[in-house]
Amino acid sequence: MIEFRMPSLGADMEDGTLVEWLVKPGAAVKRGDIIAQVDTQKGLIDIEIFEEGVVKELLVGEGEKVPVGKTLAVLDSTEHRVGIKASPLAKRMAAEKDIDLALVTGTGEGGAITKEDVEKAAAAVISAKIEKTAQVDEKKEATELLETSSARHNIRQAIASAMSKSNREIPHYYLETKIDLTRSLAWLTETNRERTVKNRLLPVVLLIRAVALALKKVPELNAWYENGLVKKEEINIGFVVSLRGGGVMIPAIRDAGGKSLDELMTALNDMIPRARAMKLRSSELVNTTITITSLGEGQVELVYGVIYPPQVALVGFGAILEQPWAENGMLNVRKTVSVTLAADHRATDGMTGSRFLTELNSLLQTPGSL
Amino acid sequence: MKEEEIRQLVCQLLKQVAPDSEPEKLAEDDIIRDVLGIDSFDALQFLMALDERTGVDIPEEDYGKISTLAKVVEYVGRKIIRFPEDHHPCRF
Amino acid sequence: MANENNTISITYREAIKQALRDALRADERVFLMGEDVGRYGGAFAVSKGLLEEFGPDRIMDTPLSESGFVGAGIGAAIAGMRPVVEVMTVNFSLLAMDQIVNNAATLLHMSGGQVNVPVVIRMNSGLGRQLAAQHSHSWESFYAHIPGLKVLSAGTHEDARGMLLAALKEPDPVVIFEYTAMLNLEGKIPAGAGIVEIQKAAIRREGKDISIITYGPGVYKSLEAANELAKLGIDAEVVDLRVLRPLDESCFLQSVRKTHRALVVEEAWRSVSISAEISSRIMEQAFYELDAPVHRLCGVEVPMPYPKHLEDISVPQAGDIVNMIKKILQHD
Repeated sequence: MIEFRMPSLGADMEDGTLVEWLVKPGAAVKRGDIIAQVDTQKGLIDIEIFEEGVVKELLVGEGEKVPVGKTLAVLDSTEHRVGIKASPLAKRMAAEKDIDLALVTGTGEGGAITKEDVEKAAAAVISAKIEKTAQVDEKKEATELLETSSARHNIRQAIASAMSKSNREIPHYYLETKIDLTRSLAWLTETNRERTVKNRLLPVVLLIRAVALALKKVPELNAWYENGLVKKEEINIGFVVSLRGGGVMIPAIRDAGGKSLDELMTALNDMIPRARAMKLRSSELVNTTITITSLGEGQVELVYGVIYPPQVALVGFGAILEQPWAENGMLNVRKTVSVTLAADHRATDGMTGSRFLTELNSLLQTPGSL
Repeated sequence: MKEEEIRQLVCQLLKQVAPDSEPEKLAEDDIIRDVLGIDSFDALQFLMALDERTGVDIPEEDYGKISTLAKVVEYVGRKIIRFPEDHHPCRF
Repeated sequence: MANENNTISITYREAIKQALRDALRADERVFLMGEDVGRYGGAFAVSKGLLEEFGPDRIMDTPLSESGFVGAGIGAAIAGMRPVVEVMTVNFSLLAMDQIVNNAATLLHMSGGQVNVPVVIRMNSGLGRQLAAQHSHSWESFYAHIPGLKVLSAGTHEDARGMLLAALKEPDPVVIFEYTAMLNLEGKIPAGAGIVEIQKAAIRREGKDISIITYGPGVYKSLEAANELAKLGIDAEVVDLRVLRPLDESCFLQSVRKTHRALVVEEAWRSVSISAEISSRIMEQAFYELDAPVHRLCGVEVPMPYPKHLEDISVPQAGDIVNMIKKILQHD
């Protein structure tokens, strides 16, 4: 069963008036069909549906004004791996080789998956298995090799689908604050001065460590939303790594709460190059409990992230910039970072987020304790 | 180690850090990070590799002195004392 | 002319004439009848000189009455002769269709197996040289539709040379399609070429990437296309159907099972055509072997135009086959 809700057509939209239904109960709809017209502050908007199904019941009458998120109609789902286009031979081979066609990129006519695509995927699975065997003693965890250009394409698709789902399903709320990093950066400069280049720390490690510690105080944000809030014991922080060719990988730093600054830096040194080479382990891609995105360099101050479902929060750090800073009646120039929290309003409320950001700020003012 | 060798080594290490970029096309005065799209993480990886190959450990306060190809080459050329035998550039 | 490989160069027209001559020499019951086959030497000069060689009893000019002379041929066959009836073009054969479909094809069945009709009907098919809409069509499918007929398509010189001889050994009616456009084409055949078998389709070129399934002029065009494709690294297999009824489906199905892709090429109109039948059978019997939809290249569905340039583009050419296959294989 699919609930079709009043969509949010912009952060400022609170409600909309359903002007006209373009479908009736019993109608079969597919992704991209326009099923209703809604009057908003931005004018009359055609509303698309993003799932496939049969309209079961229309819950809101024409002319009714309803808030964003209100269920407008219910549909019976008919979606069974819709959209996978594969040749009969490719399907047969995939079944024989136990390959999930959803993970294969088609290169045939109209993007259809062909025999060759399945063979490539099968080869990738074999090399992944070899990799896995090789690592079994070293790491007792399932490993999976993401490879080839089709992986890059899959990543794009995965991002598209996860982000669409997120925007569709998660009512995000955003909080932001500006944090003075003077103390943290001074501490970092001091500590790095004594370190050789191999052991040097990047500012982002302080941020990650502070997030992990803040989450221990505000565990509601280290959670999944699955029919309600499910708090997670281990803090597995997904760290957004941009790929040079476009796309992102979000490997998780396992048990970030239990790792020191040095261990976090080691984890990044290990993970980031592998993420860029798209050679992550499956365990680094699942079980993530919260995501951090850091814009790093550049001049962009703020990032409003899209939560990666089923997580309930995403912490975004803007660039570290010099800003005018008023404190104790004095105006000064400080190195600051703007932090944004995107959180799932089904799971938590602004107060939770506010406690988190406050805690984060206070941790970053006492870098010695990190 | 001659200037040209250092330049080659720098380009090679940059390429390792940012495989899609074209460090060999860098002009002497290009700001490396901007032109090659290198972030702080990449930069650190580069410095680690440079340290390993040349023994030159560039402290943070000197990061501003190595922003261009010309500057890195000059900086490394000045700081390099001896090239470790087992890391000779001619061997790669 | 014989060369060191013991093959000879021969035109398609000459190959048919040699077949006729062989047939007339081999069996006294064989005779040729049709419009202008005698004195004029055949509308397409296929039987030139045969009247002089075999006389008017065996090379028989007929009035312009397809229904009449095809019927006469059927009668002669029933009476024990081995007539070869030439119908100038498939367009004209419609006048004789009643005789072919209602008589030749049915009598064995309706007589409870008592009356065989060993007639051979040859007709020219396809475009020639600007003969326009009443002389140029490809209606193999009309006859391939009819149970009781054997329908052959001579797409190569060897088949032009040998199919007639095999057809005359059949106890039942055989329709042979010859191709106006190929009459002047030179080809190589073995020096001792003669009778060929007429049960099976033939692989004219082996390949692994795609099966081009075709007949008639599609054969040489597909071979030409395959040579072009080879330069691009695409290895096409060319299947010559040869026997349009009953279809030798095991041949093309086996080919598709190997290459996993099929393009059916014919000059005939697409709708309700031989290619439609082939495509259907592939779907029915080799669906799970397909790595791409079965594609077809067929004649444009218009009455054949007169101007040369329009005639040329109304049927698939080698270049069209190349382009289509590049598309199917997503070759950049």
